[in-house]
Amino acid sequence: MHLLRSYFVLLLFQLIGEALSQGLHLPIPGPVVGMALLASWYIARRKQPEEHIARAANGLLAWLGLLFVPAGVGIVANLGLMRSEWISISVALVGSTALTLLITAYIMQCGNRDAH
Amino acid sequence: MLINVNTLSPSFMPIFAPCLTIGAYLFGVEIQKRWRSPLLNPVLIAIVLVGVALRLCSVSYSAYFSGAQMIHLLLGPATVALAIPLVVSIDHIRRGARTIFTALVVGSVTGMVSGYALVRLLGGSQLVALSMLPKSATTPIAIGIAQSLGGIPSLSAVLAIGGGILVAVWINPILRSLKWDSPQALGIAAGTAGSGIGASQVIPQHPLAAAFAGLAIGLNGLLTAVLAPLISHLLKH
Repeated sequence: MHLLRSYFVLLLFQLIGEALSQGLHLPIPGPVVGMALLASWYIARRKQPEEHIARAANGLLAWLGLLFVPAGVGIVANLGLMRSEWISISVALVGSTALTLLITAYIMQCGNRDAH
Repeated sequence: MLINVNTLSPSFMPIFAPCLTIGAYLFGVEIQKRWRSPLLNPVLIAIVLVGVALRLCSVSYSAYFSGAQMIHLLLGPATVALAIPLVVSIDHIRRGARTIFTALVVGSVTGMVSGYALVRLLGGSQLVALSMLPKSATTPIAIGIAQSLGGIPSLSAVLAIGGGILVAVWINPILRSLKWDSPQALGIAAGTAGSGIGASQVIPQHPLAAAFAGLAIGLNGLLTAVLAPLISHLLKH
């Protein structure tokens, strides 16, 4: 029953997040609101997650990549969108993504070095 | 084809699509294990394999996608589950709060400004530039922002997923060669530049990377939603 209870908790927080997101017209999707609420729920009570919840969450996150495959296949179906300007689009995507990755990691690494 | 998949009963696709997807992903995981090359990312391999299989069986994307809902819908609870590694590592997050916040804000703004500016510099249209602007946020946020800015939402979805795949493929080799690959840096960079798909690459590597990636996906989404209207207004003039 532990696994069922854990999935219930995750779904319940997604439901609350979804209701808040749609009800208050938030620009943040329901699951992200649900993540913030579940994190706050433990942090506010200064509690660590129960072992069964941690196990279910880590189990789900271990194959997070799989969950993006159905939407990702849509890239192939939507490549036509990029046909007319594909060179500028691809170069901008590669350049901007690389820049974002590098600058974020650089700041984190500098901060780490200072802390030690 | 021996069997035309499209003529089978409606109950066939909800089994066919998940089997194909999970099979392709597991194959990708095995390939990456065997050759240990980050270029062989399981998400990328699975997307290509499923795309080819659909073409060979002449199954439309919409028929496949409605059949694969069982997998797609788990994204919601999985996103909520990112709260758990975050709570477990809350002390590490508190200790690094100032650095994390700086990295997130700078990374988020860099992603938006450079995406828009590069498209314009390369001669792309404003419509495409506005669709590029929110691409580092998690896909549903990117779609919503593109809509409100007047971009093309489905193009933003393609770019968010494409950017995520680039991050998943690049992050380990690039950050390792620069020696910037602490779990904290991996997590924040993966979540900020590549949201969920980027995060899926580093989450299994270290619990701290998972915590920081979850935090980055949530906060970068929030920052993008708040700052995108302002930044697009400034850039358009």
